[in-house]
Amino acid sequence: MEFVIEGLIRLSGVSAIVFILAIFGFIGKEGIVFLFTHIVEMLTSTDWSPTADTPVYGIVALIVGTVWCVGLSLLVSVPLGIAAAVYLSEFSGERTREWLKVIVELLAAIPSVVWGFIGVMIINPLLQAGGAQVGLNGINGALVLGLMTLPLLVSLGEDALRAVPESYRQAALAMGATRWEMVRLVLLPAASRGLLVAVLLGVGRCVGETMAVLMVTGHAVRIPNELFSPVRTLTATIAAELGEAVRGGEHYQALFALGVMLFALTFVVNLIADRTIRGRAESVG
Amino acid sequence: MNEAPAVRIRGLSLWYGAFRALEHVTMDVHRGEIMGLIGPSGCGKSTLLRCLNRLNDQPYVRIEGDLTIAGYDVMSPTTDTLALRRDVGMVFQRPNPLPISIRDNVLFGLRLHAPKTSKAEQEARMEGALREVMLWDDLKDRLHHDGESLSLEARQKLCIARLLPLKPTVLLFDEPCSALDPAGTAAVEELMRTLRGTYTQVVVTHNMQQARRISDRCAFMLMGELVELDDTAQLFTHPSDERTARYIEGRFG
Repeated sequence: MEFVIEGLIRLSGVSAIVFILAIFGFIGKEGIVFLFTHIVEMLTSTDWSPTADTPVYGIVALIVGTVWCVGLSLLVSVPLGIAAAVYLSEFSGERTREWLKVIVELLAAIPSVVWGFIGVMIINPLLQAGGAQVGLNGINGALVLGLMTLPLLVSLGEDALRAVPESYRQAALAMGATRWEMVRLVLLPAASRGLLVAVLLGVGRCVGETMAVLMVTGHAVRIPNELFSPVRTLTATIAAELGEAVRGGEHYQALFALGVMLFALTFVVNLIADRTIRGRAESVG
Repeated sequence: MNEAPAVRIRGLSLWYGAFRALEHVTMDVHRGEIMGLIGPSGCGKSTLLRCLNRLNDQPYVRIEGDLTIAGYDVMSPTTDTLALRRDVGMVFQRPNPLPISIRDNVLFGLRLHAPKTSKAEQEARMEGALREVMLWDDLKDRLHHDGESLSLEARQKLCIARLLPLKPTVLLFDEPCSALDPAGTAAVEELMRTLRGTYTQVVVTHNMQQARRISDRCAFMLMGELVELDDTAQLFTHPSDERTARYIEGRFG
């Protein structure tokens, strides 16, 4: 009996690795040949025209579009998210905190297609009123992504701050620090690892987000040349074109190659996260 | 003692909600002496200590009475608690250096209260503080190390050192040795003896032998009440109150 249970537990543990490898293998199988034959064109051309008479498969603009949206979204989510986390963990009363946490979790439950609606119906006219020719653009995508990742950042950020030992707070306050000085000089540095992890998980979420950015970024293959340029992301391209691509054809394979690239991008982000955290842990310990 | 006492407490009472934790406590602590506060758990000695730099400021705490330290009317709502805490430092039971370098730990108070202090002055004050707690020779080559990488004993000394650059007048110790081994305890007690005279020290301790070893005068508290206060030698050999006698004989507590 013991033996069976142990085996089952081991199996579930290993299954995560199996699934990851299976997914990677599946996407790799469809995309790897294309990737090897077209890698130079993909990484040098800014033109993505898979249905032209002579198709061009440059993904530079798509990568830049993704990075543009994700990078700008951090300007929204990081300050707001960390400020909210600090408020929840250090300044709000017990009651307020409970309420706000429920609301933040509700925010996390909004489906991404609904965020797409919000981008189209609300942010779009606001941006136009603010001087954008087209309201569906990279900034719109960044705002939507920033708001979408906010709950994640707030929850994880609050956890990280509350994990800081109470004795640090006491030490700072007993030395005559104000609450804000305590937060700024002691808590934020002490929680920096946890906060960084929160931000990087947010980045991972943004890079992979599809439906909302497909709806609000304008879907134009273009390297942004002004603030309100419409852009297109890797994910949106796959979602929009996979249905119309001939199964097994060149375009189809190219989309799977995009998937591989997406994988690579998130892998690099995770690797950087891992390195940073490890580097810090060593210098501290 | 002709000069004014360093700490002057008159009729201090404190309630946690409906529970009365201090009952009309009156005492003086003279300048430069070490005052021991002893008594069984829950007798109010830590509560009294925390009043001295207003760490009890909580909505459910109510305090009555007068408390004057180093010129501050401590209980007045207009008192600048941040400045008070600069002059009245607190050392906690578990050493709690901040998760920053040794140097930054010692300079933390200056960063809060005198951020414009010149680099040279900062270095001088840091060295002075570490010398006072007898850590300088050990640590001068690794000031950039994390404060938490030190031994418990050195951490507790560092926690004392970080109070000194602000030139406090009163140091409060809440069971400063209860997390330390005998050697660490001896070292911290030795340090407190060398600081006697320069600073007024108030020490809460569970450990009667410790109170006897280090304090000049000693106060015995029971259920929020100050039962007896006397020269330490006198209190431990000829207590005037029956309850004190029974406590120091180890019959309860």
